[in-house]
Amino acid sequence: MEVPILKQGAYLIASVQSALADAEMIQLRDALVDKVGKFRSRGVIVDVTVLDVVDSFATRTLRDLAHMIRLRGAETVIVGIQPEVAFAMVQLGLTLEGVGTALDLEEGLAFLNQKTQSVE
Amino acid sequence: MTNHRESAPRRESLHGVWRPGPVVRAEDIVPIESEADIVTARQRGRTLGAEVGFRAGELALIATAISELARNIVLYAGRGEILLTKISEGGRIGLLIAASDQGPGISDLTQAMRDGFSTSGGLGLGLPGVKRLMDEFGVVSSPGRGTTVTAKKWKR
Repeated sequence: MEVPILKQGAYLIASVQSALADAEMIQLRDALVDKVGKFRSRGVIVDVTVLDVVDSFATRTLRDLAHMIRLRGAETVIVGIQPEVAFAMVQLGLTLEGVGTALDLEEGLAFLNQKTQSVE
Repeated sequence: MTNHRESAPRRESLHGVWRPGPVVRAEDIVPIESEADIVTARQRGRTLGAEVGFRAGELALIATAISELARNIVLYAGRGEILLTKISEGGRIGLLIAASDQGPGISDLTQAMRDGFSTSGGLGLGLPGVKRLMDEFGVVSSPGRGTTVTAKKWKR
């Protein structure tokens, strides 16, 4: 299932709606990297609240996504990582080093506002 | 399940070998042939785990372990299967995950079980991590014949 990407001012918000297969994760990454240019966005929020599994592939793809978007001149924040998901990631040794994270959408917007110094 | 597990002449073993418990209540075999099957396997594990009575947090750990084991099959062997079984032993109940393939096998199990091995890139065996997510863990591998990883989670 394709992840809907909403344009909200200078930001793009991608809300993951269901479990994603590898190909769909890649699709999300590529779509965001593309749309950041198309909409001249300054920040991207990826909401993973519904994900109950963030495994090695998902972690790597999220990290790649954030780094690619930074290379395109925008900031990324991953929001909504659930406590048990965080626990499993730590047990597996998975990290999102160098990637912004925030508790939820609201905190994610605050994070981007601070990072991009824009006024929403 | 698969013949090679019974007939393999030479096995390396670490951290114990799984033997079936006395009571097998229900099981589910998920063929792993492509990355799309990874999602199927973890969802089926979650369903069976819910039947066992695991809480949401534990189900997430089980689903993550299945995801990593299924990914190892896709990455290293191309195809294999994941057996999910409700288990019961001495008054406690739980879930067994057995991920098996007939791929190239793991040449150095000790190295594969070493923390940090092959996990730096975010993709790889991650076997020590799976071991930490579960209560019991075993891996049997014969070079050229395949690998079987078994892991159990007990309901608390």
